[in-house]
Amino acid sequence: MSEDAVIMRAVNKYYGGFHALVDIDLTVRRGERIVICGPSGSGKSTLIRTINQLEAIQGGTIVVDGVELTAGGDNVARVRQDVGMVFQNFNLFPHMTVLENCVLSPMKTRKVPRAEAEATARHYLDRVRIPEQADKYPAQLSGGQQQRVAIARALCMKPRIMLFDEPTSALDPEMVKEVLDTMIDLAREGMTMLCVTHEMDFARAVADRVIFMDKGVIVEEGAPDAFFGNPKNERLRNFLGQIA
Amino acid sequence: MIREFSSADVMFIVLAVRWTLILSAIAFAGGAVGGLLVALARTSASRALRRASAGFIQVFQGTPLLMQLFLVYFGLAVIGLPIDPLLAAAVALTLHASAYLGEIWRGSIEAVPPGQTEAATALALSYPHRMRHVVLPQAARIATAPTVGFLVQLIKGTSLASIIGFTELTRAGQIVNNATFKPFLVFGTVAALYFILCWPLSLMARRLEARMRLAVTR
Repeated sequence: MSEDAVIMRAVNKYYGGFHALVDIDLTVRRGERIVICGPSGSGKSTLIRTINQLEAIQGGTIVVDGVELTAGGDNVARVRQDVGMVFQNFNLFPHMTVLENCVLSPMKTRKVPRAEAEATARHYLDRVRIPEQADKYPAQLSGGQQQRVAIARALCMKPRIMLFDEPTSALDPEMVKEVLDTMIDLAREGMTMLCVTHEMDFARAVADRVIFMDKGVIVEEGAPDAFFGNPKNERLRNFLGQIA
Repeated sequence: MIREFSSADVMFIVLAVRWTLILSAIAFAGGAVGGLLVALARTSASRALRRASAGFIQVFQGTPLLMQLFLVYFGLAVIGLPIDPLLAAAVALTLHASAYLGEIWRGSIEAVPPGQTEAATALALSYPHRMRHVVLPQAARIATAPTVGFLVQLIKGTSLASIIGFTELTRAGQIVNNATFKPFLVFGTVAALYFILCWPLSLMARRLEARMRLAVTR
């Protein structure tokens, strides 16, 4: 098993004539926390969505946990079992209770018995601090609670890597903190994380590395201190000025 | 010899309702299976499947049901099967229902937000699991009202089977009318029986639609 959680080499992605990702090279070490930021349309969401192949790529290679995604076979299915994802709009299954949301894939994909899957689900719901909501439906919860359920649901698959696609962007301001706190807990436990977010306080607190993307290119990357304290690139300086 | 329109004639017509119901049930059950396959093909990742199913829908929506009945009825003989009006009507109505239900259900599947499929995919659920546990249950709620609405169309559509000689409700009316020559009375009775079958379903479709609208706005 390789040292690196994710290796992307010369990855290119097109939407028709639009070049969404341009020669992306990125290596994520095991346990590393990476924050990706950039203006809208810069390719940051597309980048993390290629890691679990929600977006196909047209060039280059991606290796996740030693498994090459583009090599065919059931590699994509294997990688998806090891990579959890949290979406901007939560995407909980509205016709299932919180608990059912959490046990569905462990039972169907990993063939975990129901009792064990429910015990795992209750454990993670407890960790995201909403154990009492297990039997409610998503629509009965606040946005912040729904997003924490989404995190618990992803963790129930026992992933090695977690992808966050603007997890707080659809939340009311007073609910952002509860979700970020959950993510900070997760980071402290050593989870490999790639987070697309504009929450720069979160980046300063937990990121090992911050990446700035623009027009499908990784423009600048570095440790948070250097990244925020001494941004070299002009576009990054503008961007940081706008969101500060 | 023209005879009176008697209670025996009424009974004959009423009893023919069962053939209308049996034919409707066969066509609806067959159409549900076919329609699901068509809807899944229409929404699949494979371009060949999407094209083929789109072509199937266009052929059956673009030609009269009566022509479909004729083609199947006379086609049975061509492929060496016995000419049986029930078999022909069941096959033709099943194909017809498959095309219409396939199109209704395609729309319902596409109305489920794409984020649902994405989340299920990211959770490593396979295509059959995604469909069965995530997409189709949500699509089914959207599809219920228009599906019941189509069932009403289908029940009325079975009347065309009378033309290939299958003795369902309409054909029973024709037989009685030939003997009694009381067309207004006879076909009035026939129409009333169709109405009794269809009206409760129409009401149900409207009620389901209202409930659906409530669920969406909530």
